Amino acid sequence: MPFIPHTPLDQQQMLEVIGAPDIEALFDEIPKGLRAEKLNQIPAGISEMALGQMMNRRARQDEVDLCFLGAGAYNHHIPAAIWDLVARGEFMTAYTPYQAEASQGTLQLIYEFQTMISRLTAMEVANASVYDGATALAEAMLMAVRANKRNRSKRILVAGNIHPQYLETCRTIVKPQGLTLDVLDYDPRTGRVDLDSDRVQDAAALAVSYPNFFGGLDPVDQLTDIASAAGALVIGVVNPTALALLKPPGHWGENGADIVVGEGQPLGIPMASGGPFLGLMCCKKQIVRQMPGRIIGRTVDQRNRPGYTLTLQAREQHIRRGKATSNICTNQGLLVTAATLYLSLMGNEGLRQVALQSHAGLKNLVGQATAIPGVQARFEGPVFHEQVLELPVLAEVVVRKMAERGIVPGFDLGVVDAGLDHCLLVNVTETKTGEDIDAFISCLNAVIQSEMSPC
Amino acid sequence: MLIYERSRAGRQARAQYVSAKGLDGQIAEDLGEHLRQSEVGLPEVSELETVRHYTNLSAKNFAIDRQFYPLGSCTMKYNPRGAHQVASLPGFLNRHPLAPDANSQGYMACLFELQNYLKEVTGMQAVSLTPMAGAQGEFAGVAMIRAYHAKRGDVQRTEILVPEAAHGTNPATAVMCGFTVREIPVTNDGDVDLEALKAAVGPATAGLMMTNPSTCGVFERQVQAIAETVHDAGGLLYYDGANLNAILGQVRPGDMGFDVLHMNLHKTFATPHGGGGPGSGPVGVGPRLVPFLPTPMVGSSGGESPTYRWLDHKDCPDSIGRLSCFMGNAGILLRAYAYARLLGGEGLHRVGEYATLNANYMAKSLEQAGFTLAYPTRRATHEFIVSLSKEAKNQGVTAMDFAKRLLDYGFHAPTTYFPLLVPECLLIEPTETESKAEIDGFVSAMAQILEEARVEPERVTTAPHTLPISRLDDVKAARDLDLAFSEVAEG
Repeated sequence: MPFIPHTPLDQQQMLEVIGAPDIEALFDEIPKGLRAEKLNQIPAGISEMALGQMMNRRARQDEVDLCFLGAGAYNHHIPAAIWDLVARGEFMTAYTPYQAEASQGTLQLIYEFQTMISRLTAMEVANASVYDGATALAEAMLMAVRANKRNRSKRILVAGNIHPQYLETCRTIVKPQGLTLDVLDYDPRTGRVDLDSDRVQDAAALAVSYPNFFGGLDPVDQLTDIASAAGALVIGVVNPTALALLKPPGHWGENGADIVVGEGQPLGIPMASGGPFLGLMCCKKQIVRQMPGRIIGRTVDQRNRPGYTLTLQAREQHIRRGKATSNICTNQGLLVTAATLYLSLMGNEGLRQVALQSHAGLKNLVGQATAIPGVQARFEGPVFHEQVLELPVLAEVVVRKMAERGIVPGFDLGVVDAGLDHCLLVNVTETKTGEDIDAFISCLNAVIQSEMSPC
Repeated sequence: MLIYERSRAGRQARAQYVSAKGLDGQIAEDLGEHLRQSEVGLPEVSELETVRHYTNLSAKNFAIDRQFYPLGSCTMKYNPRGAHQVASLPGFLNRHPLAPDANSQGYMACLFELQNYLKEVTGMQAVSLTPMAGAQGEFAGVAMIRAYHAKRGDVQRTEILVPEAAHGTNPATAVMCGFTVREIPVTNDGDVDLEALKAAVGPATAGLMMTNPSTCGVFERQVQAIAETVHDAGGLLYYDGANLNAILGQVRPGDMGFDVLHMNLHKTFATPHGGGGPGSGPVGVGPRLVPFLPTPMVGSSGGESPTYRWLDHKDCPDSIGRLSCFMGNAGILLRAYAYARLLGGEGLHRVGEYATLNANYMAKSLEQAGFTLAYPTRRATHEFIVSLSKEAKNQGVTAMDFAKRLLDYGFHAPTTYFPLLVPECLLIEPTETESKAEIDGFVSAMAQILEEARVEPERVTTAPHTLPISRLDDVKAARDLDLAFSEVAEG
């Protein structure tokens, strides 16, 4: 019984108080025929030491030397202080802050997080997180349909260069409520989308990703103005690190984006096989009552001291039940803690340097790669820290062969689009040194040479 | 004080700066019209100021590691440090979610085995681990019910039935899945009103969502009759696994007749609640719903030394689809796997036993101390309800007052005012990891508060007195919305 503290004497005294002969008697209301056999398919318990040894072996199996994968999860440096603090029991083993007086630590931290995220995105309001970037986008679509008072449309126009797994997630989540996703093709030359005002008429919203899945930067000012003029809300999907350098969605076009979502993972959260991550969500103040998820507000206590509390709870499932804005309750509180610490430790200049160095590293890599005969940038135009390389051989082969040599070179775009089966999506963050990039180039060169040469 | 109020313009604590010299001019050229012109607006503080600020904030939290936390329906049990440590091994933390299968065998082995353990625990035929919280697991479950009826062309089933004691997520989920909700009353001793259910089912019934043990803290004795009623009407049965801790190893939802369920690994499998997440809400299904499970899942080649691979929509064409960009809250799944390995089958079986022993002991002790149980003739399960109607009427001291005063005694409050159908209620769940001494301490604090309510009720109605703040003005919070700090006070 690894974590059960009862002594035989405790147990005996407790049963005496209850007036039951044994623990089995406590289950006497369960129909006899339903009682389970032993859990035989689960192996016997092991010690913490044995668990550590076994898990160490498994974890080591999955290590690679160098990884240039991005595509929605990014390998940034995580300052040492972050997880030391996040793993404090006071943060890690607290529950949702329903009892405000006993949760001021978490509540004030979330208020600071909301402030940081709303400033980074130049939006008026941020919530206390949803699950991940993909579900944040799905929630934004549902929110847009509720919030758009200029039409009653359930059609969402989606830029076709959004992360394909975001699109899949959105389909799963919004389809049962009758929303339709109208996907806007991207220009095969630039990888970016254009919009004419006819297409956006009678749409509830336009969703655009910045940077887009290929690392490129769409003309967000024009897209925002065209969509707004046609009565559609604008949903921006952003990378928070990129916003240290890029125009924040609150400033897109004349009026800015209406709803902004993004994946908070780059902010001090390990890649960890894809989760737990952190869905960011912001909006204009006038539509905050349509926003899902928890929101923290500052108020005062009975002695007029400032304090923090869950607010606008009339939107939420535990009050509104079937009329709630979403069924979400538990969100990603611990990852909010990590992201808040990250942004505090980095400050304006620290975050900017991470973004600059990532951008410069990518430029170095792409410059060297495109000097290899047959390799070129697939799309033209500005990018941020991620780009598509077109190769003279199948990307699938390059990924496999380079991974065998300890370098995972990027994402094979043939997986999501057969027309891009020679294309590799490559990401560079500040963690990659000049030597790492040189190693990538010489390995890529060697693989291409061996694949191209007649045997 | 806020972190922003510690910020000073021009402070540059450089430990986190990466060398990015001489790139500024180039970036303006590269990005052109995309270049940010406005301030980023983060605080400028040193590393020590950051560490000290957040360490001090953490001290203002109640947490399992500091206090007994008998929050009903939330299963605040000990979160083993060993599980956290193994999930934080570099090979796991640095694994990219799109890494090739060849570089993912260690991770996938853990997930594949966890899928099997959860099948065994629930008596279901197949499990998908991807939902990121209980509410998302519920969404997946109800979406599968919808997909099942749609596949059969049975499209007139537009209604989900929910007992009135259900968690708020149940009706919210049914609506998110495009259904209408019909609530079924509960009898005075906490069971579903079977006659009302029989009258409610029909050709429009898509399914019934229920928790067993129910949120009333009692086992639903007529579960087999309920299952039969819903199945006979052509509906499916959804099990909300919020209360699975009570029955772990004792009785399995699959054997009770449920077609689909979700589990809350952050409750039953001891992964940390994190101050509001991350959770993890895997779904399990009986034979009829297997084709509709959400992707990705882990498949195995079988044999002595199996290899593992991801199963996606190509393998599961009828799947309801993907629920997150990658693999749900992957790291939480590793913690739950570690917990299952530490306990083993026998240990998991004992969880249900001792969670039930603690709850029944605590209920009886409180009753002996003069409190009113909502269902005194019933066995408690892993939790139970105390109603303070009498105290509210006689002394003007409410359930909320008791909850706040408990904080002064160093105990986190139980769940208050839920389920909605019991007035002035406290829903109390001790979990199996608390000792008799801790429970006795809580009962004696409750008895003292009861005495205070008799002789000095203001002491209770104005609590808490010992925390950093007293009760907050929630009306002001909602009326004068202040959701982000501003250096310039708004007029």
